[in-house]
Amino acid sequence: MDFTLSDDQRMILELVDEVCENEFAPRADEISESGEFPSQNVKKLAELDLFGITVPREYGGLGMDYLTWTLIAEKISKACATTGLIFGANLLCTYPLGKYGTEEQKRKFFPPLASGQSLGAFALTEPEAGSDAGNVQTTARKEDGHFVLNGTKIFITNGEVADIYVVIANIDKKSGPRGLTAFMVEKGTQGFSFGQHFSKMGLTALPNVELIFNDCRIPDSNLLFKERRGFKLAMQTFAAGRIGVGIGALGIAEAAFEKARVYSRERVQFGRTISSFQAVQHMLADMATKIEAARYLLYRAAWYLDRGEAFEKLASMGKLYASEAAMEITTKAVQVFGGYGYTKDYPVERYMREAKLFEIIEGTSEIQRGIIASLILKEK
Amino acid sequence: MDTIVCIKQVPDTEELSHIRVNCETNTLVRESVKAIINPFDENAIEEALRLREAKGGRVTVISMGPPQAKEALRKALALGADQAILVSDSSFAGSDTLATSYTLAMGIKKIGKFDLLLLGKQAIDGDTAQVGPGLAEWLRIPQITYARKIEVNGNQIRAERTLEDAFEVVEVTLPCLATVTKEINIPRYPSLKGLLSAKRKEVLVWGADDLFLDRKRIGLEGSPTQVIKIFTPQPPPKGEILTGEIPELADRLIEKLRERKIL
Repeated sequence: MDFTLSDDQRMILELVDEVCENEFAPRADEISESGEFPSQNVKKLAELDLFGITVPREYGGLGMDYLTWTLIAEKISKACATTGLIFGANLLCTYPLGKYGTEEQKRKFFPPLASGQSLGAFALTEPEAGSDAGNVQTTARKEDGHFVLNGTKIFITNGEVADIYVVIANIDKKSGPRGLTAFMVEKGTQGFSFGQHFSKMGLTALPNVELIFNDCRIPDSNLLFKERRGFKLAMQTFAAGRIGVGIGALGIAEAAFEKARVYSRERVQFGRTISSFQAVQHMLADMATKIEAARYLLYRAAWYLDRGEAFEKLASMGKLYASEAAMEITTKAVQVFGGYGYTKDYPVERYMREAKLFEIIEGTSEIQRGIIASLILKEK
Repeated sequence: MDTIVCIKQVPDTEELSHIRVNCETNTLVRESVKAIINPFDENAIEEALRLREAKGGRVTVISMGPPQAKEALRKALALGADQAILVSDSSFAGSDTLATSYTLAMGIKKIGKFDLLLLGKQAIDGDTAQVGPGLAEWLRIPQITYARKIEVNGNQIRAERTLEDAFEVVEVTLPCLATVTKEINIPRYPSLKGLLSAKRKEVLVWGADDLFLDRKRIGLEGSPTQVIKIFTPQPPPKGEILTGEIPELADRLIEKLRERKIL
């Protein structure tokens, strides 16, 4: 295994660094305070061609691998976790489209997604279908060359701002998860509207929105993959998405660690910098170690994905480890800052609020442990 | 609308603390300092790209400098320039602004016809702001310096020039030269596609033999300016802060000022 960067990767990451430093990081506090969708950042991502990283060249993308995507997402998330998750949620649309889409679907949906003209989203979660992902209640009824969707999705990241949605619905409720089917649904389709915007603890500018389908008719040609294969598609998409969510958590952890490290060398108590106290040193050492461990779990998962090997276990491990490490590291970062850390004068309290989401989305920590356990117990 | 942009590779001033001068050769120690495109030249490139987007035509970027300056030209290609040329030769070493503007003018003559020649208002290392005007003289074309806004209508250019506390509107017939200020635009970032495709594009390198030069006008021989001394200025001494009650402070302050013979 060799993670030496290629010249192209180095060049791209240098540019991403520059944009993160000049554009994303300076506005992260403001975005979080105002709760307004950072459309300026999304426009920048689009101008830089970043939405097209993994989209094949013949459809207007750059045709690069998921490891490169992961390295980029890490930097964006470190600068602004909100922007990182918008970038990540887009992958939940491009990934299944690339893996399961027909030639016609790719020709239609990939170019606007790659250019960033359209944003993507993935919609499975419902009030009764969270960890129990198979319990989707939204239905899809066949009707003269169309499917008619009815139901409600909640918490959908990039909801309302996204133009292209992968939606999971059930064509045969009696069959349970075996009836689940995926569809491409465009914003503006009749019968497709948006409801509640959920107000959150952190990542306030990240849209998490209710989607409402009320006799929403979509053509047969928008069926993604096969009928009754929606559960498999969703599980595969979540597995890839876990790399993205894990790397988002890692980015926050890195930002929190960096702030704590620098602050510890400036803050003087008892006549010395607090970095000279072993108690603080050990906290910093643990933070740095966990960051490296999370990083290589996730890089390795992305590398396996690129090589076409089974990456699901590593993706779950990476997501589980990175999100729990991020929660711990951001909490410790607040501790290093002491009273100041609890104030809004420093960003560490924001990191702590942001980190919590990552232990929940794309499968809670408990679900990840379940997946990992079932995979390792199946091994010979 | 064909535009030529002259750019210079300069040390990154954000790394100012790493910049040293060699007191013996009276030159800047450029090794180990990150090199960037002169920021005002980035504005010139951006303006040329915007004019091309509006009017069509080609954008050619030219630079004079050591072989490493290719990197700056490659960045200009990544931003979208059609062609990049480096004017480079060991015989150009030691050029002052007169010799530099002469050599660049010869390079620009070799490129051929153009409508507009753009530069940043000055380079952040030398800060002379002389190469632009010098070029216009060698090429015998009108010049607009410190342009903060440019509009092209047919073969006319209308520009706003930044003055001390006002601006001046001038109209000139093309072809002409303009040097631009920071206010003119916000330079874009290269796109990844631009970045990756620039890697495969060639930067032309023209040496002294490729240009129709008067050898007496280039390099040290063509440079009437002699740098007598270059040095790193001493940082100003640290200020002293007096604390205490106001009447007492006033007395101590007067005492100090007398000591220094200010009072």
